[in-house]
Amino acid sequence: MLEYWRSTVGKKQFVAVTGAILVGYLILHMLGNLNSAFGPGADEARVDWYAHWLRTFGEPLLPRETILWVVRVVLLGALIVHITGIAQLVKRNREARPANFPAKRIGRSVESMAMLGTGILLLAFIIFHILQFTTLSIHVTPVEEGAVYANLYWVFQKWYFLAIYLAALVLVGMHLRHGIWSLFQTLGLDNPSRNQKLRHGATALVVILVIGFGSVPVLFFTDVLDPPREVALATILSGVFT
Amino acid sequence: MTALDSKIPPGPMPEKWQNWLDAHSLVGPRNRAGKNVIVIGTGLAGSSCAASLGAQGFKVKSFCFQDSPRRAHSIAAQGGINAAKDYANEGDSIRRLFADTMKGGDFRSREANVWRLAQLSQNIIDQAVAQGVPFNREYSGALATRSFGGVLVQRTFYTRGQTGQQLLLGAYSALEHQVAAGNVEVFNRHEMQDVVIVDGEARGVIVRNLVTGELERHAADAVVLASGGYTNVYYLSTNAMGSNVTATWRAHKRGAYFANPCYTQIHPTCIPQSGEYQSKLTLMSESLRNDGRIWVPRKAGDDRPPAEIPEAERYYYLEERYPAFGNLAPRDIASRAAKVVCDEGLGVGGTGRGVFLDFRDAIQDQGKDAIERKYGNLFEMYHRITGDDPYETPMMIYPAPHYAMGGLWVDYELQTTIPGLFAIGEANFSDHGANRLGASALMQCLADGYFVAPHTVTNHLAKKHDEVAVTDSAFDQVEGDVREHIQKLIDVGGSTSAQAFHREMGHVMLDKCGMSRTAEGLDEALTEVRRIKADFYSDLRVDPGDEEFNQSLEYANRVSDFFELGELMIHDARRREESCGGHFREEHQTDDGEALRDDDHYAKVTAWEYEGDNPVPHDEDLNFEEVKLATRSYK
Amino acid sequence: MNFTLEIWRQFDGSDEEDKGRFETFKVTDIDPDASILEMLDQLNERLSREKKRNIAFDSDCREGICGTCALVIDGTPHGPQQVTSCQTYMRDFIDGQTITIEPFRASTFPVVRDLAVDRGALDRVIQAGGYISTTTGPQPDPNAMPVAPEVQEKAMDAAICIGCGACVAACPNGAAMLFTGAKVTHLNVLPQGQPERESRVVGMVEQMDAEGFGGCTNYGECSRVCPQEISIDVIGMLNREYRKAKTKRKPKTEKAMSTQ
Repeated sequence: MLEYWRSTVGKKQFVAVTGAILVGYLILHMLGNLNSAFGPGADEARVDWYAHWLRTFGEPLLPRETILWVVRVVLLGALIVHITGIAQLVKRNREARPANFPAKRIGRSVESMAMLGTGILLLAFIIFHILQFTTLSIHVTPVEEGAVYANLYWVFQKWYFLAIYLAALVLVGMHLRHGIWSLFQTLGLDNPSRNQKLRHGATALVVILVIGFGSVPVLFFTDVLDPPREVALATILSGVFT
Repeated sequence: MTALDSKIPPGPMPEKWQNWLDAHSLVGPRNRAGKNVIVIGTGLAGSSCAASLGAQGFKVKSFCFQDSPRRAHSIAAQGGINAAKDYANEGDSIRRLFADTMKGGDFRSREANVWRLAQLSQNIIDQAVAQGVPFNREYSGALATRSFGGVLVQRTFYTRGQTGQQLLLGAYSALEHQVAAGNVEVFNRHEMQDVVIVDGEARGVIVRNLVTGELERHAADAVVLASGGYTNVYYLSTNAMGSNVTATWRAHKRGAYFANPCYTQIHPTCIPQSGEYQSKLTLMSESLRNDGRIWVPRKAGDDRPPAEIPEAERYYYLEERYPAFGNLAPRDIASRAAKVVCDEGLGVGGTGRGVFLDFRDAIQDQGKDAIERKYGNLFEMYHRITGDDPYETPMMIYPAPHYAMGGLWVDYELQTTIPGLFAIGEANFSDHGANRLGASALMQCLADGYFVAPHTVTNHLAKKHDEVAVTDSAFDQVEGDVREHIQKLIDVGGSTSAQAFHREMGHVMLDKCGMSRTAEGLDEALTEVRRIKADFYSDLRVDPGDEEFNQSLEYANRVSDFFELGELMIHDARRREESCGGHFREEHQTDDGEALRDDDHYAKVTAWEYEGDNPVPHDEDLNFEEVKLATRSYK
Repeated sequence: MNFTLEIWRQFDGSDEEDKGRFETFKVTDIDPDASILEMLDQLNERLSREKKRNIAFDSDCREGICGTCALVIDGTPHGPQQVTSCQTYMRDFIDGQTITIEPFRASTFPVVRDLAVDRGALDRVIQAGGYISTTTGPQPDPNAMPVAPEVQEKAMDAAICIGCGACVAACPNGAAMLFTGAKVTHLNVLPQGQPERESRVVGMVEQMDAEGFGGCTNYGECSRVCPQEISIDVIGMLNREYRKAKTKRKPKTEKAMSTQ
């Protein structure tokens, strides 16, 4: 296995597999997010119930949050392998070209050229995103453990957060449009008769992901979705000013 | 001087090779690693020979001047390779391939060699397929064949229009396999300068490392020259820019006889020359003659677009003059016929030296798709080079120097007159007589390299050889001579590049010692070549610095040998008072302009011994047991 | 036609002193049907007359099949037409324009002099498995192992690689994946290539790494400059073959043998 990882082709295949894991997670994440679209609900927002369910899934057989932590560990592992692999490949690739003589662009796509840039920005975004919604460490808007719907609502009342998230989606779209097709090629899952379909499929999946993810913040910002219930003004104020 | 001994083994023709194999000396597997062989050149013959000797366990050093062994000019052969397999169930046989080759060569080749070639042709296909050469296949998955110039059966195997490429890559991969196995060492960008003879046997070479300019010494128990042909003597030819005669010529100067140098083949289907600047001519595969029809307008100076010239005003000269073979007449005949019609002023194209090769009828009969499948890449290539689309307008073609039937004289064992020095492939003279049939060069190179030389070289290696060190005084002397010659080229210090002299000489050679020759013209040519050579040594300019990468020096070094070879070709053409195959003397022709052989006086090989300006001819009589000498008729 | 040429001059790739530079030449009265190499020939003849050092460049067959010529023309390996340098004609350019001519650039292709580079790394990749390990001798009848024409076509589409290295020179990562993928595809689709299918791809990939070629990021530039128009499908094939070779469980007997 170590030998596999050491070779350029093998390393790229690890990057592809971990990329596939991350894409798979994104699809689930998007589906989860869409729970928000059901609004604040009668007594509990559907998305809050969903968040609770994620944490208690498997109880009492498994301790609380087991599945959640398994997913988190897998994701973190995949991300580390993905980034380490790329970092090492980038170094190799730069060494394989003589310095000062970058190859002229001969028809390669913007997305493919921007993979490293979009990747680095996405990493920054992911850190920000975790700080905001997982560790609840950013207190520009009120955040509260378990109150997912409310947290989302208040964040996406701010135009600049909306802008950050939509910008991140553009990055995701660019990264995946090349990335998804590329992973089939890298793993050798493509073949000449399927190649065109794979490229279209990759684009379609990207469009679905961008719309799916983008709709929630937009719906909050445009007030199509109602504000959360039972929100005391005091909570709001304390959230904003502490 | 001893008489030439061709060492033809005893027995009936079909058993000669087996008899030879049964009697030859072997080297035990344990002793092979102690035997060293040098192979010069990595084309089909050189690669296959080096790989085969390496696989047997001998230590082989393989040299090529190119930057990789895969670039040797065998790679450019397009059409195919002959083999007497009779897959098409036409009654083809070894005897028929033998007879076709003998007749194609105008009865100027050695029967025993040709028979062996026909026998081995079958093994070559099997060998190549085992290496992964992707020959074209029928729907059943069986090998496909097609017909080629000069024969009435379909015995030519092919990989699209890139048969030479695929066969060479097969041999190259076998070579690299042996490199990986540690049996062969390849020296690329190394050019042989001279052969070193110790106690009358070839025991090593001096090579020039083209990157550093260093002269290197390599010792061995046998030296095999697979350095190709010499048609670049004509400057414009279908050969690669680097193709040269240096290895064989320097060996000739050390005592190896040079046989039949005047037998050169002018290939009928090449793209006509378009300007003075041009550096080479591009061949279009002869396979195009299977479906293309060759014609010129009946009226001189008819400059209508070809499509507007009605059928009655088209002169399909090959079909009219040679009804049985038509457009598939052998190369020498097709070439000369093109020259004749152009001399009559019927030629087409800007220079008037071109004839049409027309696919209109084939496209009508078989459909564009079928033609595209067969010749797609050739059509594309033609389109790329000329800017004309052959699907729409006929191709224009004209003969161009292509192949040298002559070469170092070798006996049945492919050994030259220097013991321990072998010559294989196009570098020797052996199998094609005065004219080579299409798709036979690949066959001969691979037969020599895979199946003949590995055994005949073994036979030589089995003899006891004393160790020779590269510090031997013979190496000192030869290296000194090489160094002196290189210094001489640098010291001229003139202002004209070698390429300019080469072009000038090539023009004379093509004009007077090319497709047709006269005694008078040859005498003039000799004077002119000598004059150009004198100019060369008084006004040559090469970049200074012999100990570095210096392409102008490489080029001049090669051209210096072409001058000397050119003179020998003229002597040989002058001496052979007959017309045969590629050698056409205008003094010797029938009333209707066909070649007139003189079997009573010239059914023999002329092998020249080097003696400066006055080379000495030696004759090897050719005996014919299996074929009956006949006027070669393709009518 | 007249052109201004910006030509790369470098004495010797191994000499740290000379990092190379462009030199400007004006050429006049060039025939539109001359190839770019023939134009360089003419320039060299002139340089000889002026007693100046000729420009070093590689070429041999000059008909697009040997793979020797290797110029980067205006930034693109082999120039604008997706053919070899020797089949790039001056009619492909605009009269009076400036043309930049450089060697193939890759760390794995050290410059020998001026425009000539050393592509020995590609030969060594072939040595690592780009062959069928058969030796000369009696072989089975070819028709005993039928090959469907589609399979032959697929093998041939890859086998036509001329080994020029333009794919490496075009790749922003200096990868040799198209070259290697073509050889793996050629041999691995044929029945003759099956026994060494796995060792071939693993060996060749390891050698690519040892030589210092970069990795593939699926830009596709290699295929866009390939004079033989080899498709990047061969890279997919290489990736697949490598993955299968690396993830396949070894049979017990083989394991036992390898531990002995």
